[in-house]
Amino acid sequence: MEKRVTFKGWGLPLCLIAPQVFISAVFFFYPAGQAVWQSLFIPDPFGLSAQFVGLENFEYLLGDPYYRASFITTAIFSTLVTLAAMIPALFLAVLADRLVKSAGVYRTLLIWPYAVAPAVAGVLWLFMFNTRVGMVAWYLGQLGYDWNHVLNEGEAMGLVVVASAWGRISYNFLFFFAALQAVPRSIIEAAAIDGARFWRRFFTIVLPLLSPTTFFLLVVNIVYAFFETFGVIHTITSGGPQQATTILVYKVFSDGFVGQDLGSSAAQSVILLLVVGLLTVLQFKYIEKRVHY
Amino acid sequence: MRSLALGATLVATTTLTPLAALAETEIQFWHAFTGRLGELVAEQVATFNESQSDYTVNATHKGNYSETLNAGIAAFRAGEQPHILMVFEVGTATMMGAQGAIRPVYEVMAGDDFDPDAYIGAVKGYYTTTDGQMLSLPFNSSTPVLWVNRDALSGAGIDPDTDLSTWQNVDAVLDQLAEAGHDCPLTTAWQSWIHLENLSAYHDVPFATKDNGFAGLDTELAFNGTVQVQHISAMGEWAEEGKFIYAGRRNEGGANFRAGECALFTESSAGYAGIKSEAQFEFDVRPLPYWEGVEGAPQNTIIGGASLWVMEGHEPAEYDAAGAFLNFLSSPEIQAKWHQDTGYLPITSAAGDLTREQGFYEQNPGTDVAVKQMTTNAPTANSKGLRLGSFDQIRGIIDEELEAVWSGDKDAQAALDSAVERGNQLLRRFERASN
Repeated sequence: MEKRVTFKGWGLPLCLIAPQVFISAVFFFYPAGQAVWQSLFIPDPFGLSAQFVGLENFEYLLGDPYYRASFITTAIFSTLVTLAAMIPALFLAVLADRLVKSAGVYRTLLIWPYAVAPAVAGVLWLFMFNTRVGMVAWYLGQLGYDWNHVLNEGEAMGLVVVASAWGRISYNFLFFFAALQAVPRSIIEAAAIDGARFWRRFFTIVLPLLSPTTFFLLVVNIVYAFFETFGVIHTITSGGPQQATTILVYKVFSDGFVGQDLGSSAAQSVILLLVVGLLTVLQFKYIEKRVHY
Repeated sequence: MRSLALGATLVATTTLTPLAALAETEIQFWHAFTGRLGELVAEQVATFNESQSDYTVNATHKGNYSETLNAGIAAFRAGEQPHILMVFEVGTATMMGAQGAIRPVYEVMAGDDFDPDAYIGAVKGYYTTTDGQMLSLPFNSSTPVLWVNRDALSGAGIDPDTDLSTWQNVDAVLDQLAEAGHDCPLTTAWQSWIHLENLSAYHDVPFATKDNGFAGLDTELAFNGTVQVQHISAMGEWAEEGKFIYAGRRNEGGANFRAGECALFTESSAGYAGIKSEAQFEFDVRPLPYWEGVEGAPQNTIIGGASLWVMEGHEPAEYDAAGAFLNFLSSPEIQAKWHQDTGYLPITSAAGDLTREQGFYEQNPGTDVAVKQMTTNAPTANSKGLRLGSFDQIRGIIDEELEAVWSGDKDAQAALDSAVERGNQLLRRFERASN
């Protein structure tokens, strides 16, 4: 059934994977190794001296209640971003899939936000919700709601979640849309003849058939929420108010580049690497079982 | 004939080029200024380059203050450091701790032109050792003042010339503004710098032990004392009653004030250019208020801004060039122009005198408030400045804790105690990294 190609000898296969191995080595293994090594020291910023402290950086971090709180913030943030980026994307993809006329125009328009860099997206949303000149904040004020994400922790979290998820909806839309197009029409039609209405067909047939795509997007979006949302947080809240939006990756930045505490920053990178690695392993172990390819 | 001319040109260029290159020592200067300030820096550099033929300064913009410092550090690690690096005042302890990475400016500038006493004590004090030696050259320095929207006061039926020199008086005015239905009686920029660091210096109480860190790396934060708690608690009450509006950690409040929405605004004296060009109302510059009844107040306020550090690892001739450039920047004419163009404080008394002689203070009333506020009293151990490691990050912690006060989550004492405890942990790590 399955088609397999077997190579004769080792030469060709090694050549074929060499570029990937090289790229991983230069851009992942080397810097990751450096981070692990640096996490064992307390260096001075200029690299003039470094004290070997073993695992003390990790002890210091895990003993810090504010650092531990940032795990919870990160968990809430990444769950919300993932949901807010995937559910609307699926909804839009389903609607676009049903279109007969000018589907191409809608599709193109829906993909546009993906072209906006996270930091720029952050600034855009900040302007809309700016407590003084923001349009949305002004309309909310007219409705009697006093928007103030500068001091209100919940509003700040909501704003960074929406700003982070917004551009991501396009990316997810693209994948969901392609997957929907690949669902065989004959199955849908058969179900329709059997009397299943649209939403029933959607939940019993389409959604299970989309599961490989959904799983892939789940992994990719969680990784995105963990690592790539830095620009949004930096431009909108800088981690505040108080520590309401200080996610792990933002703390790596602020300790490393604001505090010049490279030992702690490196230790945090290592922890972050472990957390994301662990999450991905868990996802593959437990969620992938429910995926039908 | 033609080939002869060509040949002559060739000979001339090949012999002259190396000579010209030899004659000019080129040095790199990394700074953090864009926009109008960037243009003014470029102008200073061009004036220096044209004023003599021995040295050329190349100025490069490297991002904001934090980014410029990080660029300098990364470059030093790679052995590509510039000769002169602009570092904001909170990075002072980091630079001082880097023995072997920096060369003190009193050594670089030493020579006929250099007189350490020409510099204003309150300005240079931030950047000197405990025995008074200048480690870096103050470049742009400002100090917080109170900006007043006179129209807003009149609108609320308050005499715009009313005395706002004490917080007690300000409190009464805030009440009147709130009663008159004003939406934003008071806002601020840079809350830690103005309402804790300067508050402490102005009331002659310590911000940190060991002379605010000047006397040793084993310093501990001390800004949870009575004066600071009383002030933050008063501001917390104002915030609760809608008399103090918190706009953000940096200078976001400036937009509100310039648009005429806020009546009073505590901000750097360097806000002058922006306010003057945008404000559609009558405004005043007043000295920063103090709490009447606190012994020793008003002392003097401290500066914010940046200074120029000379980095190690270059040729002797290049240090001559750096010294010449720094002496040029300190000259009265250049300083006076910089002070008048930007609103930053003059770094020498001579520049201040020259500005007065030119009649600038009379034509632009209020521009000398900051100078007087800085220089009326000789600085004490509490008001010389701050020298704390990881201070940029400690300010972040202070911001977080103050936000808890403004939102009513914590009282002033609890918030400041927590900020001190968290900040001390960073100081201990900095101390270890520097040993």
